Amino acid sequence: MLSLVIFLPLAAALVLLAVRRIGDRAAVPVWIAVAAVDLALVLVLWARYDGAGLAHETRLRWIPSVGAGYHVGVDGLSLPLLAMSAVLFLCCAVYSLRSTPRPRACAALFLALQTVCLGLFAALDLLLFFVFFDLSIVGMYFVIAGWGHGERARSALQFFLYTFFGSLVLLLGFLGLYLGSAPRTFDIVDLTHDPPLTGSPGVAALVLLAVGVGLAVKTPIVPFHTWLPPAHTDAPAAGSAILAGVLLKMGTYGFARIAMPLLPDAWRRYAWVIIVLGVVSVLYGALVALAQRNLKRLVAYTSVSHMGYIVLALGVAGLAGDAAAHRLAVTGAVTQMVSHGLVTGALFLLCGVLYDRAGSYDLDRFGGLARAAPAFAVLTALAAFASLGLPGLSGFIAEFQIFAGTLGGGAPVPGALALLGVLITAALFLHVLQRTVLGAPGPLTARVTDLTRSERTAVTPLLALSVLIGLAPRWLLDTIEPASTALINALAP
Amino acid sequence: MTVLVALPAIVGAVLLLVGRRADRAAPTIALAASAGTLGLAVVAAVTRPSLTFPLFEGLPGGLAVDGLSAVLVVTVAAVTLAVLGFAAGDMPASSRFFGLMLLFAAAMLVTVTATDLAVLLVGWEIMGALSYALIGYRWRDAGGVRAATTAFLTTRAGDLGLYFAAGCALAGTGSFALDGLAAAPAPWRDLVAGGIVLAALGKSAQLPFSFWLSRAMAGPSAVSALLHSATMVAAGAYLVLRVQPLLAATGWAATLVAWAGALTALLLGFVALAQRDLKQLLAASTCAQLGFMVLAAGTAAVAGGVAHLAAHAAVKSLLFLGAGTWLTVLGTRDLAALRGAARRLPLVGVTFGVGALALAGVPPLSLWLTKDVILGATGSWPLAGVTLAATVLAAAYSAKALIAVWRGEARPGSASRSGRGGGIGPGVPFVALAAGAAGLGVVVVPPLNEVWARTVGAPAARPHVVELVGTGVLAVVVLGVGVLVARRPPKVRFAAFAVDWLFLERAVERGIVRPVLALARGLAWFDDHVVQRAVVGAAAFSRGAASGALAVEKPVDAAVQGLGEGARRLGALARYPQTGKVHTYFAQAVVGFLVLAVVLVLVR
Repeated sequence: MLSLVIFLPLAAALVLLAVRRIGDRAAVPVWIAVAAVDLALVLVLWARYDGAGLAHETRLRWIPSVGAGYHVGVDGLSLPLLAMSAVLFLCCAVYSLRSTPRPRACAALFLALQTVCLGLFAALDLLLFFVFFDLSIVGMYFVIAGWGHGERARSALQFFLYTFFGSLVLLLGFLGLYLGSAPRTFDIVDLTHDPPLTGSPGVAALVLLAVGVGLAVKTPIVPFHTWLPPAHTDAPAAGSAILAGVLLKMGTYGFARIAMPLLPDAWRRYAWVIIVLGVVSVLYGALVALAQRNLKRLVAYTSVSHMGYIVLALGVAGLAGDAAAHRLAVTGAVTQMVSHGLVTGALFLLCGVLYDRAGSYDLDRFGGLARAAPAFAVLTALAAFASLGLPGLSGFIAEFQIFAGTLGGGAPVPGALALLGVLITAALFLHVLQRTVLGAPGPLTARVTDLTRSERTAVTPLLALSVLIGLAPRWLLDTIEPASTALINALAP
Repeated sequence: MTVLVALPAIVGAVLLLVGRRADRAAPTIALAASAGTLGLAVVAAVTRPSLTFPLFEGLPGGLAVDGLSAVLVVTVAAVTLAVLGFAAGDMPASSRFFGLMLLFAAAMLVTVTATDLAVLLVGWEIMGALSYALIGYRWRDAGGVRAATTAFLTTRAGDLGLYFAAGCALAGTGSFALDGLAAAPAPWRDLVAGGIVLAALGKSAQLPFSFWLSRAMAGPSAVSALLHSATMVAAGAYLVLRVQPLLAATGWAATLVAWAGALTALLLGFVALAQRDLKQLLAASTCAQLGFMVLAAGTAAVAGGVAHLAAHAAVKSLLFLGAGTWLTVLGTRDLAALRGAARRLPLVGVTFGVGALALAGVPPLSLWLTKDVILGATGSWPLAGVTLAATVLAAAYSAKALIAVWRGEARPGSASRSGRGGGIGPGVPFVALAAGAAGLGVVVVPPLNEVWARTVGAPAARPHVVELVGTGVLAVVVLGVGVLVARRPPKVRFAAFAVDWLFLERAVERGIVRPVLALARGLAWFDDHVVQRAVVGAAAFSRGAASGALAVEKPVDAAVQGLGEGARRLGALARYPQTGKVHTYFAQAVVGFLVLAVVLVLVR
C-alpha cells in the first residue's frame, strides 16, 4: 500500500512519457487525477494509522551485501509530511492547468518528483533515503532549468552543484554511520534501536558534522542558504512551491529522522551549536528578507527564517531539561514543517500570479491590487498573516509550541532572541501588503487581473488547511505527539 | 460558553466570506448578532459557564466566565452593540466592515474569558490583527494603511512579552494557567510578570507605547469608538487587573505598573490638553484614563480599576460616537471648526456633554467615583500627587473638548455634507451610553460596593468622602476656569513636545525602526557580497583546483601510461620464453636454479 502510494506517480509519469497518444491537452488533467488519487491513498494510510510507532512497513532485500534494504514505513513524523506533500503536489497540478509550456514533460517530471519526495519521507534505510535525496535535486534541477525564467540555467546549475555537494557530505556521514554500526547496516530502525558510535564520541562528532552539513545545505541553515534565493527567483511558481514546501523539509526531516535518533549523544553534546545556528537563521533570514525589494526573494528568505525555528526547536530537544517542554518543541517543529509547506506553497503560487501577469516581482511597482484583484488580495493577506504566525492560522500553532518549548525547555535566551524574528516577520509582511495589495496603484498594477479559477482552486485549499490547523489543531497534533515522544525518548541519555 | 464567543465569530466570518453580496443585509445581521451576543453575555454573567478543551499535549486550553470576566463580557457586548448601532447609520453598508467588527468583538471576548495564557494570546493577537484591518479599513488611503501597520507592529512588539511569559510560565509552573502564575518560583515568576506587563502596556498604549493610538485615529470613527473603550486598549488594563496577584507577588512589578499608569495618566493628560483635533484629544485622554486602570492594578485597587474600566468604556465610546457624528455631518474634527457643533445636533451635543463631564470627573458622574477609589489606594505621597495632578488634567482636557463644541453659535457655513444623519436617527446608542457614563459609578458606592467587590473577586473599596468632595470641587473649578479662559482665549502655545505625543513615534522611528532597516540592508548586502561571494569563490577555487589537478594529472597520466607501456613490453618479454617446448623449459629451470644457487651463496 505504502509502496503503491510512493510509486504510483512515477508509474503515471512513465505512462505519460511512453504513451504518446495522451496529448498535451490531456497531460495536466491526467496529472491532476493521479495526484488526487495519490492524496486519497495517503489519507487512507493516515486513517488506518493507529497512532503509535511505525506502520505500513515494507522491508525487502535490496543490496544485502552492505546491509541496505528497501525499507519504508510511516509514523507520526512522516505521515503529516506525506500528506502535506501530496496536497501541495495536487495544488501545483491544478495551478498548472492553465498555460504550462510542454505540459506532458512537465507533468511527467512533477509526478516523478512526487515519487521521490514521498519516497524520502517514507524511507527507513539510509541508502534509500540518500537515493531519494539525490534524485530530488536532479528533478528540481530540470524543473528550474526547463520551466524557469530569468537566469534559469545559471540558478539551476548553482542549485544543483551546491545541494549536490551537500548530499555528498551527507553520504559521507551515512557511510560513517554504517561503519560505526555493529552489525553493519544502513537500516534506520535498527540503527535507532542500537545507535552507532556510542563508544567513540570523537568519530560521532565528525559523523554528526557530515550529516549536519549535508542536511543544513538542504534546509537551508545560514550560512549554507545562498543557493535558495536565486533558485526560487528563477524557478517556475509550481517549482518554487515544491522546492520551498517539500524539498526544504527533507533537511529538517532528516535531522529529526536520522541525525537526532542515530547520534543522540553527539546531538546532546552539540545541542548548543544547533540552537545558535537556528537562532542565527531565524534572525538573519528575517532581517535580510526585510531588506528585499523582490517579492520572491523576500519569501525565500522568510523560508530561511522559518526553517530556523525548526532547527532551534530540534536543538532544544537535545538540552538537559523538562522532557514535556522538549516534546512540545518537537511537536511544534513538525507542525511548522507542515504549516510552512502549506503557507509558503501558497505564497509562491501567488507570486507566480504576479509574474504571470506583470512579468515582475518588484515590490515597488505594484500597489492597490485589492481593487482589480480582490481574490488575489484576500488570499495574499491571509497567507501573509499565516506566515507571520497569527493565531487562528497554522503558523501560530507551530511557533507557539516552539517558543513555549524553547523557553520552558532550558533555552530562555535563545527563545527570547528568536521571538524578535516574529516581530521582524510581521513587519516585512505588512510591508508587502502595503506595497502590493493596499494603497495607491503602482506602474504595473493595471496589468494584474484577478485569479483564474484554477489559480484560486490551487491556492485556497492550502490556506483553508492552514486555517483548519490554526483553529482545530488536535487532529494533526494527535498524530505528531506520539512521534515527538518517541524521538525525545530516543534522545534521552 | 462556546456560543457566546462563537456567535459573533461565526456571523462575522460568514459576513466576510460572503462578501459584497451580503452588503445590504450586513448592518441588520450584525446588529442582530450583536444583540444576541449581549443577551448571551448577560446569561453567561449569571450562569458563569466554563469550558476546557485539549489544546497542546498535557496543556489544555480553557474559557470561563468568572466575576471579573462577567463584567468584561457584558461591557464588551454592550458597547459593541451601541457602536454597531451607530455604525449602521454612519458607515456605508459593508459586510467587510461589519464582519470585521463582529470578529473583533469575538476576539475580545476570547481574551477576557481565557483561563490560560495560550488561549488569551490567541484572542489577544487576533484582536491586534483585526485592529490592523479596521484601522486600515479605507485601504486605498496609504496613510491609513501605514497607521494600521504602526498600530499592529507596536502592539505586537508588546505581544512578544506574552509569548515570553507563556514559555516562562511553562518552565515555572508546568502549565499556562493564569491562576497559577503567582505561585511560580522565582525567577520564573518575575520573568512571567515582566512579559505580561510589557504586553499589557503595549496593548493599553501606556508609556512608552502610546503613539500607536494617535495613529489609529486614521480609522473610521466607529472603529475608534470600539477600539478605545471596551476592546483592544481595555484588554491591556484587563490583563494587569487579572494578574494583580502575580504583580503583587513580585513586588517590583506592582510598583512598575503603578508608576507606568500614573505617569501615563499625567503625561498623556498634557498631550490631550495640547491637541487641536477632537479625535486626537480623545485618543490621548484614552491613554491617560487607561493609566488610572493600570495604576489600580499596581496598587491592588482591582475593584476600582474594573469599575473605572466599565464606566470609561461607556464614556469614551459615547464621546467617539459624538466626534464621529460631527466628522460625518460637518466634515471636520478640528476643535476650532467644531465651534457650536453641539447646538446643531442637540441629542449628540447633550450626550457628548454628559460624557465629557464624566470624563472631567464632575460629580455625581461615574468616573468621579471610580477614579477616587483608585486615588484612595495609591498609598505613597509621590504616587498620590502624580495621580491628583492627572485628575486635574483630566478635568482640563475634558473642559477643552466640552467648551469647544458648546461655545458660540452654530456656523451655518459648515453645512452638512451628506444627507445621512450621522446615525442619530435611532439615537438609542447615545442615550444608552450616556446613561452608563452617568450612572455606572454607583458600583463603588456602599452598599453596592460589597456586591461589586465580591463579583470581581477583590477586596471591597469605597471612595473617601473628603477626597470625593475635594476632587469634585477641583473638577468643577477647573471646568469654571476653562470657561473663563475660553471667553478670552490666551495665545497658549503648547510645546511641540506635548502636541506631538512626546515625540514618542519619532524616537521609535529614529531609535529602532531606522537602525533595524539599516541593519537589514547591511545584512542583505553582506549576504549578496560576502556569503554568496564566498560560495562562488569556493566554487571557483575548486575549479582552479580542478585545472591544477589537470596540470598534475597529465604527468601522472603520462607516468601511468608509461608504466602500462613498460608492463606490456615486460609482458611481451615474458611471453618470449614461453615456447611450449619441454626442453627449453628445462633449460630455463636449470638457469633458474643456477641463479638461485648463486643468490643463496652470495647472501650467505
